[in-house]
Amino acid sequence: MPQLPAQYTQEPEIGPITQELRASLAKTWEGETGLRGWLGTVDHKILGIRYIITAFVFLILGGLEALVMRIQLAGPEQTLLTPEQYNELFSMHGITMIFLYALPILSGFSIFLFPLLLGTRDMAFPRLNAFSYWVFLFSGLFIYASFLAGAVPNAGWFNYPPYSLKQYNPGMNIDFYALGMILLGISTTTGSINFLITFLRLRAPGMSLNRTPVMLWGTTTISVGNLLAVPAVSLAFFLLWLDRQYGTHFYGVEEGGKPLLWQHLFWLYAHPWVYIIVLPAMGMVSDILPVFCRRPLVGYSLVVLATVTTMILGFGVWVHHMFATGIPFLSLSYFSGASFIITIPSAVSVFAWVATIWVGRPVIKTPFLYSASFIVMFVIAGVSGVMTASVPADLQLHDTYFVLAHLHYTIVGINLFGVLAGLYFWFPKMTGRMMNERLGVIAFWFVFFGFNLTFLPMHWTGLMGMPRRIYTYPAGTGWDLTNMLTTVGSFVMAFGILLVLINVMQGRWFGKRAGPNPWDAPTLEWSMPSPPPVYNFAVQPMVASRHPLWEDRLGEGTGRTALDRGPMLDKGKQQLITSMFDSEPLLVSKVASDSLWPFFATLTMTGFFAALLFHWPYAAGVLGVLTLLCGFFWNWPHAQLEQVAGSQNA
Amino acid sequence: MPETTHEIPDEQRDISFGRLPLGSTDARGNGWFGMAALVVTEACLFAYLLFSYYYMAFHFGRDWLPDELPGFKFSVPMTALLFTSSAVVWIGERGIQKGRNWICVAGLSGGALLGIAFVALEAVEWADKDFTLSTDSYASLYFTVTGFHMAHVVGGVLMLLTMALWAALGKFDAHRRDPISIAAFYWHFVDAVWIAVFTTIYVTPHLFN
Ligand code: HEM
Ligand SMILES: [Cu+2]
Repeated sequence: MPQLPAQYTQEPEIGPITQELRASLAKTWEGETGLRGWLGTVDHKILGIRYIITAFVFLILGGLEALVMRIQLAGPEQTLLTPEQYNELFSMHGITMIFLYALPILSGFSIFLFPLLLGTRDMAFPRLNAFSYWVFLFSGLFIYASFLAGAVPNAGWFNYPPYSLKQYNPGMNIDFYALGMILLGISTTTGSINFLITFLRLRAPGMSLNRTPVMLWGTTTISVGNLLAVPAVSLAFFLLWLDRQYGTHFYGVEEGGKPLLWQHLFWLYAHPWVYIIVLPAMGMVSDILPVFCRRPLVGYSLVVLATVTTMILGFGVWVHHMFATGIPFLSLSYFSGASFIITIPSAVSVFAWVATIWVGRPVIKTPFLYSASFIVMFVIAGVSGVMTASVPADLQLHDTYFVLAHLHYTIVGINLFGVLAGLYFWFPKMTGRMMNERLGVIAFWFVFFGFNLTFLPMHWTGLMGMPRRIYTYPAGTGWDLTNMLTTVGSFVMAFGILLVLINVMQGRWFGKRAGPNPWDAPTLEWSMPSPPPVYNFAVQPMVASRHPLWEDRLGEGTGRTALDRGPMLDKGKQQLITSMFDSEPLLVSKVASDSLWPFFATLTMTGFFAALLFHWPYAAGVLGVLTLLCGFFWNWPHAQLEQVAGSQNA
Repeated sequence: MPETTHEIPDEQRDISFGRLPLGSTDARGNGWFGMAALVVTEACLFAYLLFSYYYMAFHFGRDWLPDELPGFKFSVPMTALLFTSSAVVWIGERGIQKGRNWICVAGLSGGALLGIAFVALEAVEWADKDFTLSTDSYASLYFTVTGFHMAHVVGGVLMLLTMALWAALGKFDAHRRDPISIAAFYWHFVDAVWIAVFTTIYVTPHLFN
């Protein structure tokens, strides 16, 4: 590296945490107030919580859609819904749950937690972080605007052509979905870049890769997965949109199109997606369980390795969703075999969790209950997954309620239960208050029993041959009882979720004050006040082991983690960048201040997509140029960010 | 610079990180790595586009291709333009590294002009075709693949022009020049992708003959 002029360097001052330091940091980091502050904030803690709340709202919308479907299916020959309405409901339910709840909610937790767990002050690209949030919100609004336009997507979340082509779906319905998904893809991509670079470069000095909490590994792994897979689905939807609007021939059978091309592009993303929505949740459970078992996770390295391996293998099995499409036998065998192999890393994680509980002394609190039941769901989902991974069984079970049961055990069991564990666990950190434990346990049992009552009988419904995506069924098929149980169960579960919400509100406003570390947990976020101050860490922590707050107890590590004395980095909004593998200090970077550009860019970009939807080329042109201009001003070099020649204001 | 290791001593009194670069300097800020990640996902986008092309090509075989295969009349000059532009942009980047602002401005705008010429030539080739986007699946893929690449060239041109403007305004010097390296990186990527597109669209069909 060439010698830098002195004015472009700085020696971070080392010092203790003092009242003055806190006051001056608070002044530097304080965002703007009022509407400007609200729309322009780049604070990862605020953005993370917004992400979580938004995704939860979508969970509730998707849940209401599910309940309506369940009323319709409670008994034979119901007439609450028309077939078309049923199509729209199950499509929107799937779209909402998959794209607007399951993935974003984990991003929300990660955005809140990344800098806190890593011992730094904000993400690598704070403005991009705000942008990801706004784009996520607006893509959700975009897709839901289809209800206002009376053109709701109706071809399922998988949206197979030819049914999703214009001949069969002439309105704007599928276009809402297609363009909204491209918009959402932009949010996911920018978010993933942010996670990846934050993980690689912002870990506290000393937090080498083998000392990094599992949750961060999960999110980082899937961020790489997203970078590799999201383009496939964005492209799939873009080509579909071209087919529908400009008469191209990608998916229709006439003029050399191939409907299976859609399936390949779609499942190339949508299979890895399963891991994208479960690996961070598995990471959360891996970090939560040890806290309540009062001992470190058994087999940390194996669990991390399993996480990464699962993602890699996940890219090789997409065709197992296409067993019934008549593809060649060789291909079937390969993809079936590969799907079996994925169970190995999953089993490794399960054994690690069970062993952690086994050798620990579990303290049964709500987060522990959710984590422990998470393991049970994981196993059930895994077993039914092995059944569908076997070609002969799958040909029988394909498109029956059995698959639906498997899918919900996977998604609800491994995603929602993980999320609820995380919610109860990190709630004190987010709000500074505890949730009511008694109510938490009651809500848990409703969710747990409701969930199993809903989806366990579905296995039988499926084995008895009830196809999915039918809006009703005749009497006398023998499906009545299990369907009734399922409907009752879904309402019990919904009631449980309602109790969780009440619990959240009650905790937020009336909960007991939480100290810095109410669970006696070992990771860095618990070393700071709850809720954390704007600048997170007053001095940059220096980490000497995997469990910085348990060092006394465990006697592991090479030295002592330093939490109350260290680099102060108080000359402006600064944070430390460290090397990728060993986390040695590399440079001091400036953190961007609040900005309205990410919000404006989202507005104009969403407008651009809306103009495409309505076929307004001139408006689209203008909005496109405006979006680029927003980017131009957003990235304008600033002396204050140490991006301009000759500047030095530290 | 005193060495620090990730083994933090028990006594933290005399720990020191030494002088560290401040802000985005040539020590590679986060921006460059962010761009690298973006390039990875964009590269995947092209991989999926080309996957779609080959998927159809292998399925339908020779009949799928048009009677008149895409030739080299335009595509070879286009390739030459892009390669030259990469070199010119590289010279521009070297310019700022040596603190010569005007070389940088000239290099970046020169690269952008060559990029614009590329787009113009491609537009001429498009107009020259006797099929349209909606003729058949080959035509759809031809226009989509080349169109996607063209859009990336346009994006790169805009980046280069922005950097040229900022360099002309004296925003950068030999050490504060991260954005220029980042834009140049993207530009080289766009050129590299062209090789894959060129091979797929212009070269492989002749192998089938
Ligand atoms: C109370 C909880 C839930 C109930 C009662 C429920 C019920 C249903 C029902 C009735 C269907 C449609 C069946 C059909 O006709 O094919 C369905 C489909 C689906 N559900 Fe759920 N669900 C619940 C929660 C969730 C959650 C939390 C997720 C994901 C995070 C999810 C993801 C899906 C997906 C992906 C489909 C397939 C949609 C399609 O075929 O396009 N569900 N669910
Ligand atoms: Cu799969």
